[in-house]
Amino acid sequence: MAEAKKLRVATCSLAGCFGCHMSLLDIDEKLFELVKHIEFDRSPLTDIKTCGPCDIGIVEGGVCNAENVHVLKAFRKNCRILVALGACAITGGIPSWRNNVDLWDCFQEVYHYGIGLEKGQVPNDPELPLPFDKVHPINEVVRVDYFLPGCPPPADAIWKFLTDLAAGREPKLDYEMLHYD
Amino acid sequence: MSQTKTFSLDGRTIPFEEGETIMEAAAAAGVYIPHLCHHPEFKPHGSCKLCTVNIGGRLGAACTNRAAEGMQVESETEAINADRLALTQMLFVEGNHICPSCEKSGNCQLQAVAYHLGMLTPHFTHFYPSRDVDASHPDVLLERNRCILCELCVRASRDVDGKNVFGIGGRGIKARLIVNSASGRLADTDLSVTDRAAEVCPTGAIIRKRHGFTVPIGHRLYDRRDIAEAPVAGMEGPKRG
Repeated sequence: MAEAKKLRVATCSLAGCFGCHMSLLDIDEKLFELVKHIEFDRSPLTDIKTCGPCDIGIVEGGVCNAENVHVLKAFRKNCRILVALGACAITGGIPSWRNNVDLWDCFQEVYHYGIGLEKGQVPNDPELPLPFDKVHPINEVVRVDYFLPGCPPPADAIWKFLTDLAAGREPKLDYEMLHYD
Repeated sequence: MSQTKTFSLDGRTIPFEEGETIMEAAAAAGVYIPHLCHHPEFKPHGSCKLCTVNIGGRLGAACTNRAAEGMQVESETEAINADRLALTQMLFVEGNHICPSCEKSGNCQLQAVAYHLGMLTPHFTHFYPSRDVDASHPDVLLERNRCILCELCVRASRDVDGKNVFGIGGRGIKARLIVNSASGRLADTDLSVTDRAAEVCPTGAIIRKRHGFTVPIGHRLYDRRDIAEAPVAGMEGPKRG
């Protein structure tokens, strides 16, 4: 496998907390083994800002604003295999708790009435992405090839999943690696 | 001594006593059939349809159909488990089942059945319904976002506790768990934390307050053991041989 061409992998975090990326890093010394088989394209780990043609795109987080949609569609366009990583990408997760709260009420709570705030105001810069009234799982926006659940998915599950894919096997998780929490 | 009556379940011979359902006989023989609204202590409800089996060519609920001599029943087939998975996925998207923030996670039967069926995604478009939480009771939390309308609390309160605290109101997609008090609040009922209805919920819809994380995530009932091997309380072991 080491002689084979390295798989190009892009990763991003949309409406997530970067916990899934932390879990990826949590494979610890296996990272050395992993980089023998893959190289990173766009990712918070490389700081490359746009996604080029890739074998695997790994998406953490759900879709909560217009920018998320653009990033997600770029991933789908460029990545042969698109993976939803973690609870938020798969179900909307914790951010989707706001789906039954009015968006303006959310903003007021965060930017106006938040503890320690004085004369708070809701940011309104044109550079800020347009927020959606609801957070959605990514498969409601693009086609997704694989789902790897967990909050975050255990490091071992990510390792197993990626090594299965790199070896051309259909990824399969043992019972202990399948968690929604 | 009369000869034991038997039927066939996935090719396995299952003994049964007259009047037993397929589910009861299978459980007694230690064979797991996925289910959520069924509980051995309560009258069958037949609503979740997860225990659907093929009975001599016809689909039926194992919890409501009586076992019969020589009956041929199929449960663990690819087609039936695909249907069970779809039903489970629909239950997930119909409510707000956000496992990472749920106290019941790891002890939840909905989650455990989904693990058992290998569910990786709820697949269908999420409804994100708007549902009320009732935290008025001092000891019991009613979290309707997690309710799957199995009516176990309704049955437990009515048939065991004799209190009729819970009911289902509305129809179809508008059906919801309601509380039988003038205010509609749990605090205004005579529900006690020791009631059967307060602990029978298969999901995190009715939970005891201040006990959510007594057992840490990762050490819970279904975290490492499939529900088929670690079935729900009251169904642990075969009752015969």
